[in-house]
Parts: sequence; structure tokens; C-alpha cells
Amino acid sequence: MLNQLLRLFAVCVCLLLCCSLANAYDYPFANRYVATVVGTPAEFAEVLPADIPTKIGKIKIFPDRKVPGVLWNMDELYYSYQRQEGPAPLIFLVAGTGASFKSSKMQMMQRAFYNAGFNVVSLSSPTHPNFIVAASTSSVPGDLQEDSADLYNVMKAVWGKLQDKMNVTEFYLTGYSLGAAQSAFIAKLDEQEKAFNFKKVLMINPPVSLYNSVEILDNLLVDNIPGGLDHFNEFYQKVVKAFGETYAHGDKVEFNDQFLYEAYKYKKPQSDEPLEALIGVSFRISSQNMVFTSDVMTKAGYVVSRDIELGRHDHITPYLKVLGRLTFLDYFEGIFMPHFKALDPSITESAMIQQLSMRSIENYLRTSPKIGMIHNEDDIILQPGEIDYLRDVLGSRATIYPHGGHCGNMAYPENVNAMVGFFQSTQKN
Amino acid sequence: MQNNTTRKSALLTMALLALLFAAGCAKKQNTNIAPPLHTPENTLKENVEYAVDVYDPLEPMNRRIYTFNYYFDKFLFLPVVNTYEFIMPDYVEDRVSNFVDNIFEFNNFTNNLLQLKFRSTAITLGRFLVNSTIGVAGLWDPATGMGMIRQTEDFGQTLGHYGVGNGPYIVLPILGPSNLRDTTGLVTDAVAFGAAGPPAWVDDDDTTLIFNGVAAVDKRHRQSFRYYSTGSPFEYEMIRMLYSSKREIEIMK
Repeated sequence: MLNQLLRLFAVCVCLLLCCSLANAYDYPFANRYVATVVGTPAEFAEVLPADIPTKIGKIKIFPDRKVPGVLWNMDELYYSYQRQEGPAPLIFLVAGTGASFKSSKMQMMQRAFYNAGFNVVSLSSPTHPNFIVAASTSSVPGDLQEDSADLYNVMKAVWGKLQDKMNVTEFYLTGYSLGAAQSAFIAKLDEQEKAFNFKKVLMINPPVSLYNSVEILDNLLVDNIPGGLDHFNEFYQKVVKAFGETYAHGDKVEFNDQFLYEAYKYKKPQSDEPLEALIGVSFRISSQNMVFTSDVMTKAGYVVSRDIELGRHDHITPYLKVLGRLTFLDYFEGIFMPHFKALDPSITESAMIQQLSMRSIENYLRTSPKIGMIHNEDDIILQPGEIDYLRDVLGSRATIYPHGGHCGNMAYPENVNAMVGFFQSTQKN
Repeated sequence: MQNNTTRKSALLTMALLALLFAAGCAKKQNTNIAPPLHTPENTLKENVEYAVDVYDPLEPMNRRIYTFNYYFDKFLFLPVVNTYEFIMPDYVEDRVSNFVDNIFEFNNFTNNLLQLKFRSTAITLGRFLVNSTIGVAGLWDPATGMGMIRQTEDFGQTLGHYGVGNGPYIVLPILGPSNLRDTTGLVTDAVAFGAAGPPAWVDDDDTTLIFNGVAAVDKRHRQSFRYYSTGSPFEYEMIRMLYSSKREIEIMK
């Protein structure tokens, strides 16, 4: 009898142990689309100091560049920094597609790194309008090599302004999404130029092939609006109505960062489609901003006539509507390829697509011990097989979580600890 | 005396608007232009509705007022707000916010009543009584802790509640995005507040003037919106669309 009880007990302990092992990673959203949209709501997120001493700086990279009226407020590049009192390492943060230095993910990273004792400098993505106008050499974003070189230039210029204010021991670099891919390219560039001698570089949720990822994101919008893009307004009105019902049902619901999560909890979408569509919308909005800015800056004649100089108060809504109907791949064909073909007529589309991939620096990624990566098994921007490719290339330097979607789990305590810990492990050695 | 100041500032606003409107009309047209690769004609279909299309017949003027507000914020309003934030401890700022909110419960009360939301009307009255007494003239907000959550309503929402449409989009000088319905609501609320609300109870012009100033600074202090901070070249369109949707959501409540 006692033996039987003991055996039962042993089985129970085993089961419990197995369960806890299987659920070792407890980020709450197992659905990749939910994770990507909702992210990490405050109740699950790492608790970080809300107020950190943030300074905003601006810098003119191309003093002679003329900026058209419609982009009048973007001629200087804005960035932010947090300064430590004593000697400390400095980490550069690079934002993801279309995001600025003060996007919510960037602010979370700033708090985490500042809290851990780093000086922090945050830069907008080369796909952000401000960067395209103020700091992009060609104002045609998308080329990993060129954009990373532009970022490297900005880092040097910003460091030139800050070096008297900070006591920096060594340099680190990280970025999420597209900013992660650029971080790796910058690290490679820095091996030759050695302006910073980055000690460690972390990629958070990088794409493998930009072309593949962009195609996935384009399709998320087109494939998931019921009835197609012609019916976008109906979809939008439905979302507004759902938000309205969320707002009306509870006394304590407010419009803030948590609102999307409140709406998710209240409406509990029955399928993935609305979530996929929302991700597609967000990407399309970034594209609209980016492509319009590039078109105006380079006079590409893409949606704005070459003969028009748009002023500060001009009616530009029709351009927004046209761009709402165009994909990122339309931009690739209509502005990107023509620009690079004009520079080098021999370049082919497929050669270009290969160049826009982590595979083009595979050897460097394989052999450089300073590069690490945090990723998710179910990231939506990767095609089947691409996560295995990254796992193979980075080996033990890759930390891959079972879920989290695209950057959805970045603020989860385990992720924040992994992100900060990656850099702290070198400090102690 | 109070009427006089109101009239003067109204005249000043009108003059400013006229000036901006005149600037909006002086616009040169360029003929003979090469069409771009993607035009509205070859991309957009007719009889499709677009979420970004908001009725905005005053757009040229609205865009200029939008820019005016940016400069007003930058050179006057925000420096004042920043100074206020620099001088005042956060704790005092919160007391001021509570005080201002408590005084404006008057508008929540009238508008909940006008919408026949009796439960919300009762809660609002209860909040005002509790916060004005136990909460020391509204400096603290014990009512929320007792489960009486603030029931915000304004006359724009009341009009919307009874089916009045948005009307044309309007960017108001200093106050920012609005539309004809909400502007009507704003003016009505202000008139009712002045004629029958706390200013009428106090009946002292100087006190009212000081309160209005403090309330304006406090409201801007709590409003995190900054003109041209989205980084989008289409910020005007985005804000126009989101303002309309946000009001729609608030009216649904």
C-alpha cells in the first residue's frame, strides 16, 4: 500500500516536472499573430523604471541638402540618448522598419539598458521618413549595405557630439527586426573601419531575406481584408466599432498602450484574419510614409509628378490613397531597382534580392563570436526553413524562444534578461 | 468686463482666421506636368470609399491653422507648460488636475442629464459632492476609490448621441482638431459653464480668469500630443481620420 502510494507520488512529481519543462517559457500568447499585435501587456512585462533622464538631440548630416516644403520639418535627424554619471559602456539601438528612435519598443529597450547601467543612444530606422530626408545618402531606403553604412555614419557623427559628455568604456550595438539585420552589417563594416570596435552585437528578431519578409507582410494585408482592399473602409469601420464597444463596456478602459490588449480581451477574435490584417495595415502605413518620402526626395516620378514641388500646406491626400494600393514590391520595381540600375546597369533583380539577405554575410555571421541573436520559432516575417537557417548559422549564439511572433515578447521578463544579459556577460569577464 | 474680454478674444480669433484663409486662397497652379508612374486615375476605382476621406472643405485653412498651432505650442504654450512642470512637484500637479476635473464635473453632469443617462448623472453628482468635501475642494479624488468612476461627456457627444453628424472637419486655433458638431458643443459647454456653472456661483471675474488660465495649462500638461511628432508626412490626414474615429468611439459610450 505504502509502496503504491509512493509510486503514485513519484509519477505525480515526474508529471509535474515534465509539465514545467514543457512550459518552461511562459510568455502568455502562443498564437504568433496575437503575440505580434498585442505584444507584452504591462501585467506580464518586466517592470522597468518609467522615468529615465532622456535627452533629444538633432544633427544635420548633409548641410547642403535641399528639402522640399512638404517635408519641411525633417531636415535634421533626431535621436535620443541617456547618460550615465560614471564610466560605463555605450550601446547603440537601431529601430525596426518605419520606426523612430522613440517607438514603444525602443523606449522599452532604453529603460532596460539604462537601468542596467549603460549609456544609450537610439537611432531611427533608415526606413523612417526623418532618416530618409536627413541621413540617407541616396534617399532610396532598402539596401542593407547602403543603409547600414548610413547608420554607421550617423553613429560616428552623433558620437562626435556626445563624446565630451560621456565616459564610455566600450561600445555595444543592438537592433530589432530590420534594425537587427542592419546591426550585423554595421558590425561587419566596423571590423574594417574600427570606429567603435563593437565588443558585442545582438540581433533581435532579424529577417533572413528582406524580399521574402516584405512579400509576407504585403500579403498579410491583401489576403485578409474581407472582400479585398476595395472594402478596406468597411474593415476599418468594423475595427472602430469593435474599439468603441470595448471602450463602452467598461468604466476603466482608457485610450493608452493597453487599449489594444483590452480590445483583444473583450472581442477575442474568432480567427487570425483580423489580426493578420492589422499587421498588414501597420506595415502598409510604414510603406506609405517611406515610399512617399523617397519619391519626393529623389523626384522619382513614382506617385508624385517630377514637375511638382509639393509645399508645406498642399493637398496630398490623393497620394496617400494611391500609396495605400501599392505594395512594397511595387516600390522595389518602381523606385528601388531603377535607382540601382542607373548606378550599375549590369545589376539584375535576382542579384539584388540576394544582396538584401543575411545570406550575403553568412560567413561573417558564422565566424564572428561577437554576434548573438534572440529570435522566435514562430516569427511571422520568416519563411519556412529560415529559422532553421539562422539556428544553423549562429549555433550556440542563438537563443530561440518557442513563441512570441514578431517581436511580441521583447518586453517579457525572460527576454529582457536575455537581451541585457547578453551584454553583461562580457562586462564581467 | 468678462463679456468684454470674451468679445475681444473672439474678434482677434476671427481676424486671425481671415488672415489664414486669405493665405490659403493665394495659390498658383502649375500646368504642363508629366504624370507620375502611379496616378489616382490608373490606381483608384470610383465608388470605393476610403477611410482617409473625411469631409474637409476648409482643408487649406485647416492645414495652416495646424501649422500655426505647432508654432503656438512651440514658442508659447509648451514653454509655459514646461515651466509649470519644472516648478511644480508632480504631487502638486496631480492635485491641480483633480481640482480642475472636479470643477468641470458641471459639464459632465449637464451632458449626462441631457442624454438621459441617469445612473451616470447620479455618479457625477456623487463624485462632485464627495470630492468637494472629503476630497478637500476637489484636490483629491476619493470618489474613484469608492467605485464612482468619472463619467466624461461633453455637448459634442450629446449632439452625436442624438444623431447629429460630424459636419466639416475643423482645426481650431490653439485647441486643435475638431469638427463643426464638436465646436458647437465646445462653445455651448463653455457658455453654459460660464452662465450657470461654477464661475456663475463664484461670480468673481478675476477668480474665473485665473481658473481658466490654470485649467488651460493643466490640460496641455496632461495632453501628450505634439504637432508633427508622428514623423509621418501624412500626419494631417492621419490625425483627421483618427480624430473622427475617436469621437465616434466616445459617442458610442
